[in-house]
Amino acid sequence: MENIVFLILRRMRQPLLTLLLVYAISILGLTLIPGRDADGNVWYMTFFHAFYFVSYMATTIGFGEIPYAFSDAQRLWVSLALYASVIAWIYAFGTILALVQDRVFQEAIAENRFARRIRRMREPFHLVCGYGETGTALVKSLTGRGQHVVVIDIDATRTNIIQLQDLREFVPALHGDAAITRHLQEAGLQHPCCAGVVALTDSNEVNLKIALTAKLLNPKIKVICRADSHDVEANMASFGTDYIVDPFDTFAGQLAVALQAPCLHLLQRWLTGREGSSLSEPVYPPQDSHWIVCGYGRFGKAICARLKNEGIRVVVVEAKPELAGRPAEDFVAGRGTEANTLQEAGVEHAAGLVAGTDNDANNLSIVMTARALNPELFVVVRQNQNDNHDIIAAVDADMVMHPSAIIADKIRVLLATPMLYEFMSLALYQEDSWACELASRVTALVREEVPTIREWLLVPGENGVLHEFLSHGGAFAVRDLLRDPWQREDGLNAIVLLVRRRNDRILLPDPDTALKSGDRLLLCGDRTAFTRMHWTVSHRHTLDYVKTGEDRPQSWIWRAWYRRRRYSG
Amino acid sequence: MNPEKVVFGFFIVLALTLNFGFFVGEIENPEHHHVYELFAVVVVNLIATVLKFGDRSQMGALLLATSLVAILQLIAATLVWAFAMHVNGVGLTPAVTASIVSLSGGAMLANVISVILLIIETVMLRR
Repeated sequence: MENIVFLILRRMRQPLLTLLLVYAISILGLTLIPGRDADGNVWYMTFFHAFYFVSYMATTIGFGEIPYAFSDAQRLWVSLALYASVIAWIYAFGTILALVQDRVFQEAIAENRFARRIRRMREPFHLVCGYGETGTALVKSLTGRGQHVVVIDIDATRTNIIQLQDLREFVPALHGDAAITRHLQEAGLQHPCCAGVVALTDSNEVNLKIALTAKLLNPKIKVICRADSHDVEANMASFGTDYIVDPFDTFAGQLAVALQAPCLHLLQRWLTGREGSSLSEPVYPPQDSHWIVCGYGRFGKAICARLKNEGIRVVVVEAKPELAGRPAEDFVAGRGTEANTLQEAGVEHAAGLVAGTDNDANNLSIVMTARALNPELFVVVRQNQNDNHDIIAAVDADMVMHPSAIIADKIRVLLATPMLYEFMSLALYQEDSWACELASRVTALVREEVPTIREWLLVPGENGVLHEFLSHGGAFAVRDLLRDPWQREDGLNAIVLLVRRRNDRILLPDPDTALKSGDRLLLCGDRTAFTRMHWTVSHRHTLDYVKTGEDRPQSWIWRAWYRRRRYSG
Repeated sequence: MNPEKVVFGFFIVLALTLNFGFFVGEIENPEHHHVYELFAVVVVNLIATVLKFGDRSQMGALLLATSLVAILQLIAATLVWAFAMHVNGVGLTPAVTASIVSLSGGAMLANVISVILLIIETVMLRR
């Protein structure tokens, strides 16, 4: 605000001086020039009348000549003063209009407005640095869940686009360099409601700087970073960055899970899927023969390591081994886009193919050439650009690795339902048949769309009524929570996946498990189930009905009536 | 020599000297205090105020504050004058003249502070 006032004052100095001078000279002139009154006596205008006359003349070109009709000398002076004052006013207005259109001024106003919005934030929000493909996907899904987000991006066109996008929450966006501490502070890094910082810029150095700044200035918030190299990852981990997301390692890990436990992989994809997307089909990566990996970059290396862990033979196809490093595996030089390279790698009897170069056109060409030689091939394709989504989808690969989508999905889960990762790591210790059974239960719940995931903490405030009930010694089991508050004999389409109670974790709790206050629950189910469950946990009346099956009266009169009837009957 | 500083200093000092010129004389005697002088004081003080706009330093803020005080006093004085001359028509009686002149005296004090500040700033600058 201060800035704007000073800018206006500084710019208005010249026009105001001009106005002042024009007014002063006009007034002085009018008091000096003699006129004649109705009786022909000489009179001089006083300062009071002169000021009044000049004030209305300059703004409206006059209501007439007061207090007497002017003499010709006065009229001559007034016509000069009139033009001078009109010009002075035009000059002043022009300066103000130019100021309003001025870039510096507009930026000052925008920054001011942004800072005010941030100051007024009263609910937890996440600060997202970088609004590229990943940032866009992340902000869309976070706001879709009703979470608040603040965005910084170095590109003004990207921050302007936010207001045009149809997001469910208002997202304040700052145009600025996130590597500069002041910008992070303006965006609310030290705001008491700031819950986390997500660094998603294209540059590893900037992400590193953001993580470092966040950890130093506000050590208690969650910091999530994107990192594309192991070097930077180690650096970020060294000062306690909470989560570091490497899309290549993440995907390779998913592939390994798919190889070991296809059902668990399916379950993972369903539970972490974006709300509203449809349930995906299971994939069964074959292991009966060798795999071909085209492109030995960061992605290829991560995949090779995982495949070798599974005991699968890998043949690497790489055009520039001198840049990428010569792999220890079987190796064929070439791009993989030509038939002879692929034949040399043994594509006819290979089980799987990974098209993992950083060029989408080459990846597609590899897949199509390989498919022509071996139609049975299991194909994994890497998608680098968001725009290529349609053509990548058209080749119908068994698995698609899209770095931005992988990062966005992972961070969305980390910010919204971090317990899901706990659940996944516990699930890794289970047999695949366990996962298959759970997957079929989930399909029964939701049919086509991916299930909705919610994390509930039984503390005062959030699910206040249930918490109050529990802390007064009420018994409430998982079974009761999953009853339909409209018809308690029916169950809701929901499953409690995990209960965390201090250091204990109860995976898929038994229906009779009693809930305690302070528990943290991870639930999955369809959307209506959560709307109804919300009634149970936030209305005492509904809770009583769900618990006992009795529809107890609420008000004093009806309660008294009810008691009397019970005693007499 | 900075021409901006010359203009700046000129108007601040002129505001004080004109103000003094209007103020001196017998406080009740309208013969000693001409209305044209009051007009000049008001105009020059307004100019001095506008010149002080937009300076973000501590000294600049203080200079602007003294000018605003002076303007406030002078406008009060002109209002008294306009009221006496035109609204109730009592004219420049000794009581009215005394109140106009004493209000301008207050403005002069503010102008004196303004000039002192200007001198302090110049001395501290040593350039």
